[in-house]
Amino acid sequence: MSPLKRDRYLHLVLKFFACISIVSLFFVIFFLVTESWRIIESTPASKYILDDAWHPTEGEFFLLPMIIGSLLVMIGAMLLSIPVGIFTAILWQFYAPSWFSSILERIVEVLSGIPSVVYGFWGIMIIVPLLGKFQAPGTSLLAGIIVLTLIVLPTITLVANSIFQQVNKLHIQNAIALGLSRFTIICHIIFPQAKRGLLTGVILQAGRAIGETLAVLMVCGNVVQIPGSVFEPVRTLTSNIALEMAYAMDIHRSALFLSGLVLMIVVFMLILMTERMKNRENAL
Amino acid sequence: MSANTTHSHLKAVPENYKAPPGIDKLPAYINIEKLSLSYDTQTIFEPLSLPIYQNHINALIGPSGCGKSSLLNTIVRLTDYQNNAKIKGQIHVNNKNVLDDSTDLISLRQNIGMIFQKPMPFPMSIRKNFELPLKEHGVKNKDELEYKIETALKDVGLWDEVSTRLHQSATQLSGGQQQRLCIARILALEPKALLMDEPCSALDPIATKVIEELILNLKGKYTILIVTHNLSQAKRVADYVAFMWYHQGHGKLIEHNYADVIFNSPSNPITTAYVQGLTE
Amino acid sequence: MIRLPTNHSFPDRLLKFFSWFCGLLLLFFFIYLFSDIAQQGFSQVTFKFLVTEPLSAGRAGGIAPMLVSTLLLLTLCLLVSLPIGIASAIYLAEYTDETQWFSRIIQTNLNVLASVPSIVMGLFGYAFFVVALGLGFSILAGALTLACMVLPLLIRNIEDSLRNIPDEYRINATALGLSRFRTIFQILLPMATRGILLAVILSIGRAMAETAALLYTSGYVSRMPESVLDSGRSLSVHIFDLSMNVPGGEQNAYASAFTLIVLLLMINIITLGLSRKIQKGAFSER
Repeated sequence: MSPLKRDRYLHLVLKFFACISIVSLFFVIFFLVTESWRIIESTPASKYILDDAWHPTEGEFFLLPMIIGSLLVMIGAMLLSIPVGIFTAILWQFYAPSWFSSILERIVEVLSGIPSVVYGFWGIMIIVPLLGKFQAPGTSLLAGIIVLTLIVLPTITLVANSIFQQVNKLHIQNAIALGLSRFTIICHIIFPQAKRGLLTGVILQAGRAIGETLAVLMVCGNVVQIPGSVFEPVRTLTSNIALEMAYAMDIHRSALFLSGLVLMIVVFMLILMTERMKNRENAL
Repeated sequence: MSANTTHSHLKAVPENYKAPPGIDKLPAYINIEKLSLSYDTQTIFEPLSLPIYQNHINALIGPSGCGKSSLLNTIVRLTDYQNNAKIKGQIHVNNKNVLDDSTDLISLRQNIGMIFQKPMPFPMSIRKNFELPLKEHGVKNKDELEYKIETALKDVGLWDEVSTRLHQSATQLSGGQQQRLCIARILALEPKALLMDEPCSALDPIATKVIEELILNLKGKYTILIVTHNLSQAKRVADYVAFMWYHQGHGKLIEHNYADVIFNSPSNPITTAYVQGLTE
Repeated sequence: MIRLPTNHSFPDRLLKFFSWFCGLLLLFFFIYLFSDIAQQGFSQVTFKFLVTEPLSAGRAGGIAPMLVSTLLLLTLCLLVSLPIGIASAIYLAEYTDETQWFSRIIQTNLNVLASVPSIVMGLFGYAFFVVALGLGFSILAGALTLACMVLPLLIRNIEDSLRNIPDEYRINATALGLSRFRTIFQILLPMATRGILLAVILSIGRAMAETAALLYTSGYVSRMPESVLDSGRSLSVHIFDLSMNVPGGEQNAYASAFTLIVLLLMINIITLGLSRKIQKGAFSER
């Protein structure tokens, strides 16, 4: 084969492979939609919110408690992990002595690689009994929030840190030469520039938090209800899928796929938000 | 004042080199004495002594990499934030050694402003660019702020161009305007000295001319130390010229004298060769 | 680290206090978690534990089948995803630039694929590999699902390492009359080896940590798998099962968690060494 011809084939083959990732995402969406089609067809959307209970085998699809459960756990975890993560990154970049920063770096990197199931297990062994002492049974919304916070915290810290590092060094140099102090530089020079990147990172982590399954399942108690306080058990959309897929049939199974599709759409919208923010930034 | 005496291998440098009499008698605002800078094992420049004469324009010329910019950074202690920077010697400003630990860095940097190669206004409104440092240095009164911003902008000839759009982003200005804004931002702090690190090298010739005229206007009111590798620029603006050369991996000061002397009858052959690039 | 001029104003002290508070809080949790798992797990992990089969639903015995299943899952997953990943990365880095519409579509697509929740990926794996393709609950189905999950990670990292190669090499190769094929396979890919290795190791870490996507694809049969079409329980699923479904399985769950963390730590250390070397300038002339 002549080199020229070979190059042309190579281009085609590579392009083919590059399309596989598109095809696989297409398949994911295709299967979610076809599997949930049964319930979309037969059940009006209002039932998910207006039904009395979640008895999918008897045609009652009250998904609202699970949706609220997912949102509460996610929002709670984000509220805790965003400030802690950003402050830790500030410590790491600006306040800690360099030996401490390098220890912190190692530790956060290791923490971000630990499987969520280990955090979940540790939650069962330590956090749930601890919360149980205050208010039984311990498996609760709060336990879910704490465990999920631990899961997303290392990544948020890493993201915040890398964004602080990307801030234009020349601006910092100018600021120092103008005699600005540390606090002013962090608050007025660095933070405004990092804001957008931080927001993008936080949104992506929110997507990850709402998709987290087993760790949350392990500590949340999984009672289908709209919780009255943080000490009451909840069930999230993701746990619901994991718990019931084992025995779900027919329309019940279809309902589970539908909740998967809903999750997928939520995550998709979050990503779209970050992409649009990126485009706006490029346009500026 | 003496250039370093230990380097007889540079045959051209006479032992115990002395600047011509007379030059020492001018008051120096910044007095650099036996200053050297190194990172880990790498020496950036060898011990050098150099007075920066008050209210005159002092230029520092030489090839890139000979430590000119590092010298400026050392004066306002930007080297504090680089790892492993080792500094020896003294820098006297107002009879105080700025390298002392007790130096108030905030007021040091208010006294000695620094202009960088690439103009870098903060990505915020023109007004905010002034307010941030002014407030840091204790100007809180609104009228005073307004007055200082206006005066500084007038000093650099930017007032007519931007007075109606102080609320707009400073990054929308042209390169030359940005550099003048950076100079005004420093002037608003009422410094005594300005250190300029190749302030025109990122600008086009027209903007360069404007900045050079501005520098000449500032003469007499401020002590100016300008680093440039543009010899004709040094010739146009400077009263005194110090020449640094890159030798065996580190910079050293070769000669310091009146601009006329450096450009017309330098005593060191290296200087002669270097400035001849201009005349040829 | 960015060093800034210190001052000791009140807001500065406040910020310093909060950042130390949060940083130490994170450290506290880290030490608590690790010491707890290490303390409970270390004594349990013996050579025998690693090579024997579990007894009475995992309360006693070892984790040999889980290690084998995990290994099989990882191997198959990489066998499938690595060629696709390298080829796509070459295509993206060498044939498109970031502003082209096709490249942008693939990038967005990868972003979405990377953040599909793992349980949703599990649903897809179940519907497609297990049911539609008729693979049943099997290691193969699990590995294929994992492959979909690590693909974005692989492509991103390999693409980055290819893009980091200075253009001079490509220009020089073209000027020497080398074909695209030769340039890619004999010049660029060898230069990107370290980056590819890094991507592989990161993917192994991700795949090993995965649990939810495997529940309904590779299943959780705890027997020693006889072929890739057998169901097999990965180490992470084992931890989940022991702590949720097996009363009295805590000790072995601790031991399994400890094993998993040690394996991941080893991966982390290798990654660190590799990325250090990359930072040091893989392309400098030496």
